[in-house]
Amino acid sequence: MSENDKTKEDFEPKVVGFLCNWCSYAGADLAGTSRIQYPPNIRVIRVMCSGSVDSVYVNRALIEGADAVLIGGCHPGDCHYLNGNYKARRKMVLMKNILTTLGMEPERVWLRWISASEGQKFADTVKEIVEETKKLGPNPMKERWNI
Amino acid sequence: MVKIGVFICHCGTNIGGVVDIDELVEFSSRLDDVVFATDYKYMCSDPGARVIKEAIEEHELTRVVVTSCSPRMHEPTFQSVIEDAGLNRFCLEMANIREHCSWVHKDKKEEATQKAKELVAMAVRKSKTLEPLKSFQKEVVHDALVIGAGIAGIQASLDLAEAGKKVYLVEREPSIGGRMAQLDKTFPTLDCSSCILTPKMMDVARHPNIELLTYSEVTEVDGSVGDFDVKVKRKPAYVDWDKCNGCGECAQVCRMKGRVEDEFNEGLGKRSAIYVPFQQAVPLKYTIDPNKCLMLLSGRCGESPPCQDVCELGAIDYEQEEEMMELNVGSIIVATGYDMMDPNGMYEYGYDHSPDIITNLEFERLISSSGPTSGEIRRISDGEEVKSVSFILCVGSRDQDLQEYCCRIGCMSALKHAYLLRDHLGDEVDLNICYTDIRSFGKGYEEFYRRIRDGNTTLIRGRPSEINVEKDGSINFNVFDTMTQKLLQVNSDLVVLVPALVPRKDSGELSQILRISEGTDGFFLESHPKLKPADTATDGVFIAGCCQGPKDIPDAVAQASGAASKAMGIISREELESDPMIAWVDEDICVGCGVCIDVCPYSARELNEVTGIAEVDEILCTGCGGCIAACPSNACIHKNMTKQQILRMIDEVI
Repeated sequence: MSENDKTKEDFEPKVVGFLCNWCSYAGADLAGTSRIQYPPNIRVIRVMCSGSVDSVYVNRALIEGADAVLIGGCHPGDCHYLNGNYKARRKMVLMKNILTTLGMEPERVWLRWISASEGQKFADTVKEIVEETKKLGPNPMKERWNI
Repeated sequence: MVKIGVFICHCGTNIGGVVDIDELVEFSSRLDDVVFATDYKYMCSDPGARVIKEAIEEHELTRVVVTSCSPRMHEPTFQSVIEDAGLNRFCLEMANIREHCSWVHKDKKEEATQKAKELVAMAVRKSKTLEPLKSFQKEVVHDALVIGAGIAGIQASLDLAEAGKKVYLVEREPSIGGRMAQLDKTFPTLDCSSCILTPKMMDVARHPNIELLTYSEVTEVDGSVGDFDVKVKRKPAYVDWDKCNGCGECAQVCRMKGRVEDEFNEGLGKRSAIYVPFQQAVPLKYTIDPNKCLMLLSGRCGESPPCQDVCELGAIDYEQEEEMMELNVGSIIVATGYDMMDPNGMYEYGYDHSPDIITNLEFERLISSSGPTSGEIRRISDGEEVKSVSFILCVGSRDQDLQEYCCRIGCMSALKHAYLLRDHLGDEVDLNICYTDIRSFGKGYEEFYRRIRDGNTTLIRGRPSEINVEKDGSINFNVFDTMTQKLLQVNSDLVVLVPALVPRKDSGELSQILRISEGTDGFFLESHPKLKPADTATDGVFIAGCCQGPKDIPDAVAQASGAASKAMGIISREELESDPMIAWVDEDICVGCGVCIDVCPYSARELNEVTGIAEVDEILCTGCGGCIAACPSNACIHKNMTKQQILRMIDEVI
């Protein structure tokens, strides 16, 4: 096994999650009350609405070395603030383009609709992100001083 | 100087059993600006609150971080605690190490402890820059809106009206009454359903505080708790209800008489194109079905429309148009009820293969003395005598491929029907009930079940795999009784299916209008499954009855009264405290580009004509943060959820 392969398989990705207060954060709470187990890799920051997630949050997380970022919002049409999730969606499409241009990996940014009743979906989402991020390997930005 | 106190809750063993609390306390006490860190078994309890209060005084804390359960659960509790100790309630930050940590990483204690440390560090970092905020007061509208006038909506409206509040009761059908009006008798007391419902319907009609808006639908809801703007569509009845006295002459002469499927009788009877759903309807006013009336469909009905000719009051008005009505209310109660699952989705039960295979709601109409057969039980296909009846329970319920949940009324409704059939048809009739488990959980239900069990009704524990309809119309099925371990063959003149209760087919539209959530089963989601069964995610909007999940009449009525008292808690106040965690504009930075104005979904932003700078309307702003993310010059600030605070939390993670 080469050195590179080893890091890929062994590393534990660090995921930063921005969850909207009304749907996704409540969904994550439900995963808790239902005792659904998922990998301990995510750190959740509660925001009022997915539409309030500034691109700078995502950029900062990635530049500082987060291996993946999750933005969780209400399902289309269900936004507590009418249309914040649509704003999040538009912003993320643009952001992924910009990340690609900058040579960063847009696959590290995840946007998911998770409702307050979808505890299982939240747990599955975290599992999926961790698995996929392991395949991608650590965020190269983490070791920028070694480049 | 900032002095932070960290309070770590064990939550019994919920947190303490997974996260190493001592290590967490040690870690927290070493964080910058933390002057005090401690733990307690139950921080939300009274002694726990005392721990916090005493520490605030002793260590002169300026910010408090409580590390426990979800802020969605106990944020208000701890806000009150620190307020009692003289701190501003917004100087509190919570780290969620129960729902987001100990409960979901039970077998990974080391990782869970590490995660808890990081969550605490994030919260501490954010708490440093929390600002004391001041809530402001907004005026409350004292009227309420109830959507849906079944038994739950009726009960909630009467409760509010009795308490002296003005209630708008919106019902989309021409009459109030809902499902309960369709029932013949109610279990387990066998009260006649109409006899207990109709007086309540009359009370609604007569009550000076209730404005009844039947044949109407809610189309738009704006605003927030204490002050909702509601738009209601009033569908045209094509009859001037001010003139109509409900005499019914028009229905007698209608050319479509006996040709229109009667929804109230579940399709078992026929009505005219001009109709009242049932004779005890409230209001007793006639309505023209626009999809069936020849005059409305084609513009002519014989020489001249007979209903118009016969109506001496001149109430028929084919020109009537839809009207929009605007209401202003302080609180909303949703009580829109349920639909019956269409058994056609389950081919094996042969619902559309024979008219003698019916649902239990159809059976209610069949056995009701006000129903299409005046309560006489005959085979529907040929009018022959009924010698045997089988009930099939859990049709689509408790089925992982269809509805996973229990319908909660099926068992009792079948037991009730068995009793009534025995009453109507005597000892000769052969009765079978195929059940999964008999769930007789309510008050007096088990006793009723025993009465049926001790009689000569055959209770078969099993679901038939297929119901066969022979060429001559006879019905038979095989069912394996898991109690006797025998395969039984059953012949039946009449088969009654007891289908699952499902959400209204258009409940999704209403949930979007009201911005309330639906559960995975599609029913409206309560704020907390145990402690807030009538609340929703939207403040000021409450739910009652079967729109929240299947329930029987006593439960629906109880929840309706609960919702009404919650609504009273809002509309009986003069003023409400408004959440001060809203947007704020730094006037030194704002250049007046106006992006925030386009982004705001609540029209809470406008440019000041004099200064050219964007302003926030504090009453309208809901604190969604959309404008903060949109502002290109970083002039918009979300109070206590600032960009700096969130960026610092991110830094703490990595």
